[in-house]
Amino acid sequence: MLRNRFGKVVAGAAAGAMLLAAAACGGGDTTEGAPSAAPADGASSAPAASGVKVGLAYDIGGRGDQSFNDSAAAGLDKAVAELGVEINELEAGNGEAESAKEERLRLLASGGFNPVIAVGFAYSASVAKVAAEFPDVKFAIVDDEANKLPNVSNLVFAEEQGSFLVGAAAALKSTKGNVGFVGGVEVPLIKKFQAGFEAGAKAVKPDIKIQAKYLTQPPDFSGFGDPAKGKTAAEGMFDAGADVVYQAAGGSGAGVFEAAKAAGGMAIGVDSDQAKTADPTVADVIITSMLKKVDVAVFDFIKSFTTNSVVAGSKVYDLKAGGVDYSTTGGKVDDIKAQLDEYKAKISSGEITVPKE
Amino acid sequence: MSSTFADRWLGRVRLSAWVTLTAPLLAILFAGVITSIVLAITGNPVFDTLVTMVDYGSQPRSLALVVNNATTYYLSAIAVAIGFRMNLFNIGVDGQYRLAGLVAAAVGGAVTLPAPLMPIVIILVAMIVGAAWAGIAGVLKATRGVSEVISTIMLNTIATGIGAYLLLEVWGERQGNDIATKELPEAARIAGIGLIPGTPQMVYGLFFLAIAVGIAFHVLLNKMRFGFDLRATGQSESAAVASGVDVKHMIVYAMLISGATAGLIGMPQLLGESFTYNLNFQAGLGFTGIAIALLGRNNPIGIAFAALLWGFLDVSSTVLDLHKIAPEIVVIMQGLTVLSVVVTYELAHRYRVNAEQRRVSRELAGGASATPQKEGASA
Repeated sequence: MLRNRFGKVVAGAAAGAMLLAAAACGGGDTTEGAPSAAPADGASSAPAASGVKVGLAYDIGGRGDQSFNDSAAAGLDKAVAELGVEINELEAGNGEAESAKEERLRLLASGGFNPVIAVGFAYSASVAKVAAEFPDVKFAIVDDEANKLPNVSNLVFAEEQGSFLVGAAAALKSTKGNVGFVGGVEVPLIKKFQAGFEAGAKAVKPDIKIQAKYLTQPPDFSGFGDPAKGKTAAEGMFDAGADVVYQAAGGSGAGVFEAAKAAGGMAIGVDSDQAKTADPTVADVIITSMLKKVDVAVFDFIKSFTTNSVVAGSKVYDLKAGGVDYSTTGGKVDDIKAQLDEYKAKISSGEITVPKE
Repeated sequence: MSSTFADRWLGRVRLSAWVTLTAPLLAILFAGVITSIVLAITGNPVFDTLVTMVDYGSQPRSLALVVNNATTYYLSAIAVAIGFRMNLFNIGVDGQYRLAGLVAAAVGGAVTLPAPLMPIVIILVAMIVGAAWAGIAGVLKATRGVSEVISTIMLNTIATGIGAYLLLEVWGERQGNDIATKELPEAARIAGIGLIPGTPQMVYGLFFLAIAVGIAFHVLLNKMRFGFDLRATGQSESAAVASGVDVKHMIVYAMLISGATAGLIGMPQLLGESFTYNLNFQAGLGFTGIAIALLGRNNPIGIAFAALLWGFLDVSSTVLDLHKIAPEIVVIMQGLTVLSVVVTYELAHRYRVNAEQRRVSRELAGGASATPQKEGASA
């Protein structure tokens, strides 16, 4: 009895020590030949170094999601090329603790990165906390204006206005009078996309049939990164008679494009100009994309930092400011461009107010 | 030894001290070697990577975060282990704690009570909701024979749906692009404790709740009739029935207790950090709990070390990204560790059984040297 219990305690202790030992024996067999060059700052091969070190924390999906995060990455890359800043990028993990988000920002701020940019509203609370700890570091957060601090710039977008335009494009392009909306996760942010899309489609054709589906519901955020789910949802919509489907589902959108290709339908991309960023084998189904110019916002923010003119508080990137738009890559909406630009003018002038939910 | 692989895997039989000692040591070798190979293949400096992790993970702030993560993981793993000990695979811990956390947060935001009562009420609500949700699977199994694996997976999905509805349509308040339940009043909050010196980062006050739950788990299982019945049912249902255990009742009770413990998982986060249930409420802890329960072999002390190891790996993964090493390497490490512990426990056990047989047969052969016989020697 006693022996057994002792054994278990020791076993547990040994298990706890596992990593230390793993470090030791791991080092033993393969270190030779692996140069231990300082691994940090690998991404910067900029021109005239400005001495500015930009830290950026992505939302789930990170660089390479062909969508929201990639748009931020594009802005960062432009800053490297044109402003000569050094960068480091970190990425959120799925299902991580709130403290992990904080630590990510804290690591950047304490590691000499200034400014620090957080991509996505999930960082709302952590930016508020870490920004208060580092009053001398400038922070920017994309998609959130819940927390205002003197050293935080809130970069927000009028997604509903851009979605209105692609909604109108969908209705104009649809021959069946039936369009679809695939949302990644049923959260207020994505509902803005849906509201704008539906308003735009109905503005063109009041009796149009609109199918809408969300891939997952919070706290399950896999809907932003699961192409298989996107494909299934879009297939269902094409089967039910839709011929244009708009996706606001981040990385899951790739599945929507596949489904459109297979069904001979049309798709509308989101955030980035997806006719350019999506897999080339399916990119031809994308008639237009709702551009959410996170790249512009990120670049503008970094630029304002280099010129010492950072403005704290909300900066709204709407249609009027060119923060949202529709893309024309591929020339598939050239025939309806006049109508779309008319809506654009009406929204910019305030003649049309697009609902947010 | 007539125990099955599953019995040993789920910690339902006591292994000898020799096995419990040797197995983790072998597991260290195995996990270490494979992790190094993976790192080398992906073109990362093996030694530097591990040193960076240990270096960062052992700083005071990181240690406090490790304890916080481990507190949550521990509660989750104990909830899973209660089921495991009775041969019940409660995959529904995830749904149970998420629903419990949401309802508890809403109740906490709605009622006003004096300070000592407030957190107690919130915790009780969470336990009741968790128990009720798990109880559905228990009753279904007891009365209709529905496999709890299937029903709890389905209940997870239903919990997500109900939770999303309640949060988005009923209790949630918009905060920018986030949506959250009403923030808990001061009276409901449980202050952190400065357990780790040298850092302003507090450890969850409910750290002590996790310890209490671990002790309760041990007492319940090893010192009470109920625990004996539970373990007996887990090892042999027919034997338990023969000795007068009402197995159907045991199934329901075990699921209720497992679910009530699951309800606690979200509490350190809710009462000690976020004070609200919002879109950032950590999901997936129920599944992490399964892995940690296996790693800790369903033993309250083993699980504590497993939870700390897991928390350490999670916290130290944050720094890898800064050095351009994919933090997913930590997920590989975690998987390898569980796998290698399971494998080495089994290998050590079999080796020992074989060695024992050889020793016995040698002694038999030596003792009966006048009439040499060879068939006793096992290959």
